[in-house]
Amino acid sequence: MITYISNNYHDIVADLVQHLWLALIPVVVGAVLALPVGYLAARRPALYQPIINLGGVIYSIPSLAVFLLIPVVIGVGVLSPLNVLLGLTLYTLALLARTVADALISVRGEVTEAAVALGYRPIRMLFGVELPMALPVLFAGLRVATVANISLVSVGALVGSGGLGNLFTSGFQLGFTEPIIIGIVLSMLLAVVFDVALVLIQRQLTPWSRAGGRA
Amino acid sequence: MITFDAVTKAFPGGNVAVDDLSLELPTGQITVFVGPSGCGKTTSLRMINRTIEPTSGTISIDGEDVSAQDAALLRRKIGYVIQNAGLFPHRTIVDNIATVPLLNGVAKRQARERAAELLTRVGLDESLGSRYPNQLSGGQQQRVGVARALAADPPVMLMDEPFSAVDPIVRDGLQKEFLRLQSELGKTIAFVTHDIDEAIKLGDKVAIFRVGGHLAQIGSPQELLDDPADDFVADFVGRDRGFRGLGFVTAEKLEVEPVSAYTGRSSDGRLVLDGDGRPTGWAVEGRDELRALPASFTKEDTLRLVTDLAITSPAGAAVRVDADGMADGVVAHEAIARHLTALRRESER
Amino acid sequence: MSTLAVVPMLNYFGYLFDAANWKLSADNSIPVLLVQHLIYTLVAVLVSALIALPLGLLIGHTNRGAFIAIGLGNLGRSLPTFGLILLLVTMVGVGVVPVLVALTVLAIPPILAQTYAGIRSVDPAAVDAAVGMGMRPRQVLLDAEVPMALPLIFSGLRSALLQVVATATVAAYASLGGLGRLLVDGLSRNEYDQIFAGAILVALLAITLDYLSAAVERAVVSPGVRDTSRRRTRGSRRSAQTPVEDTETALSTPR
Repeated sequence: MITYISNNYHDIVADLVQHLWLALIPVVVGAVLALPVGYLAARRPALYQPIINLGGVIYSIPSLAVFLLIPVVIGVGVLSPLNVLLGLTLYTLALLARTVADALISVRGEVTEAAVALGYRPIRMLFGVELPMALPVLFAGLRVATVANISLVSVGALVGSGGLGNLFTSGFQLGFTEPIIIGIVLSMLLAVVFDVALVLIQRQLTPWSRAGGRA
Repeated sequence: MITFDAVTKAFPGGNVAVDDLSLELPTGQITVFVGPSGCGKTTSLRMINRTIEPTSGTISIDGEDVSAQDAALLRRKIGYVIQNAGLFPHRTIVDNIATVPLLNGVAKRQARERAAELLTRVGLDESLGSRYPNQLSGGQQQRVGVARALAADPPVMLMDEPFSAVDPIVRDGLQKEFLRLQSELGKTIAFVTHDIDEAIKLGDKVAIFRVGGHLAQIGSPQELLDDPADDFVADFVGRDRGFRGLGFVTAEKLEVEPVSAYTGRSSDGRLVLDGDGRPTGWAVEGRDELRALPASFTKEDTLRLVTDLAITSPAGAAVRVDADGMADGVVAHEAIARHLTALRRESER
Repeated sequence: MSTLAVVPMLNYFGYLFDAANWKLSADNSIPVLLVQHLIYTLVAVLVSALIALPLGLLIGHTNRGAFIAIGLGNLGRSLPTFGLILLLVTMVGVGVVPVLVALTVLAIPPILAQTYAGIRSVDPAAVDAAVGMGMRPRQVLLDAEVPMALPLIFSGLRSALLQVVATATVAAYASLGGLGRLLVDGLSRNEYDQIFAGAILVALLAITLDYLSAAVERAVVSPGVRDTSRRRTRGSRRSAQTPVEDTETALSTPR
């Protein structure tokens, strides 16, 4: 094991780096896109069900199929990393649009009524009251999306952009378990690290939830 | 008759919820367990149907030790109503009510028919039977909970704060319905509440528990109001014991003055009757309009109502009517007070 | 590595519409692959459910060993399933059995976690009433707790179903049969129409299975228990799950 790592150190790091941007860019882009889509679904009841259903359909399609169908739509080659990036963005969007919609719907209640009575206008209320209140739910969705993406990137190895997934395929082809194990461990480590990071960021952004615990 | 014989419940960790409790719940009557949080009233209730088992002591129903029987079969013979009803959300109202009969092997159709009958018995419309609990209001769910407890016609019923989770107006309605039902059915009921007013309103017998699981006093509501055993009971029952006690005495023996004494007055308010002799209001000097009567009382009404009417009238007097609604007497505050003093003297002899 | 250049639209459907690929007698014909994929999926999910359902019910009912259910659930979400399949096959050798075992084992976490969550989500007052009325423990579990826990249990099953379909697809790389074959073979032969056929068929299979399982859920779950959070209600109304748990359960496992 140690010899494998020392011999292939550079490749492993390169895979790790590739894995990082392949997983994280879609999370960011998907989250940003999910805000207006989720907002729309929350505010227009007629749109809620169709948007959610569409998201559900997209999310049910296996990742490899998505990665291989995107070239048709955007006209790039099958082995372009754009396929993985776009595919994962789609998944993230499908997942988070629902999270945003449900979160916005669920924070409506006494607090928002009070805000309206105080004189908040809709946009100010969205950014000043509703989104902050929705943060815990939004972050929970972000954590799910991030961990899922980190796991899905490895499938991209079959289409040339696999990050740590490359370790899986080369291990399989050469009959070595070491790279596969390293890939699995690193992948799970990444998941844990980002999950914890998101929790910490969430705590920073929601000081009121910490205040209750102090003496 | 339910009998507690030196029953103790000590939880692991040292907490003694019920301490050497001995008491009798008479057959066919409502016995209310009341007290502050942590007094062991709910624990005591649950030991009757063995959802909690005593650490020592025996509980018997009609002479039979409950611990000697199969717990599940015992429970099917005891109606159980809890706060928040605990209805099965996945079953229709009718199927919820029919739960115990179905457990006992009664045929589905028969069980459902009986369930529909019970639905109307507790004051709900039959059409609600095919709905699901999440389509009913809290008060409606609570009634269904009572119907469910009655389905197998058990002789004993346990009720744990059944009316606490609804708002006061609904609660009042439920309590009245409950008393009506009990007058028809005559079950032996153990009822737990933290509300002393509810206890006094509903109980034939009231058992006040102290924190730590001790019985502070047990007796009829009147006895508790008149003769609290110690400061704790007196405090728990409340400072206005005397006034509340008025709710237990009727106006039957109350002497009244003739109506004419008030229809001819010129000062302080004159009673005005309509053509048939029914009271319409008080005429007050200096005002054109009549002050309408909030109500009148009959011989069957309580002294509490009479006193209240007298207080709110400009003449300081309450009007009594007969069965047809015609005024047949008037009584002033002072006369009520004299009557009460006479009653008190009589009861102390 | 050669990049498949953009292919004119007509050619995408070449493989799909070639009758030769649909003949039942051919080795890797579409119907054969479809059936294989279905069999792997159903067997894996069924066996996994047989293990995870009772276990989840037990853990939920007794609330002992909750950490197993929750821990496994979290673990399952962060595991790269593709890597695990390849690891197993590299260690044990290529074959249907190791892959099926892997698929089954990987389907356990979502079913276990959601079944546990489902039992825990049941209204304690309803369980108290069930016991107090004289239901025996087995009846309390089967007639009261399970029906109330069904929405969450179903979400776990559906999650597992989609996960297995997806993992079986990529397992074709490890020489498993099924529709993934078209994708993997097409990739190695640079034949995009084959890839396209495979991708479309896999997508359709997944969507259809998801739709069918939703229909089964609608038929089996009592209308009184269906998740009302989907209806637009005021924030002050409590629903059985928060939106987070909803999202997590409905879409929790990676594909």
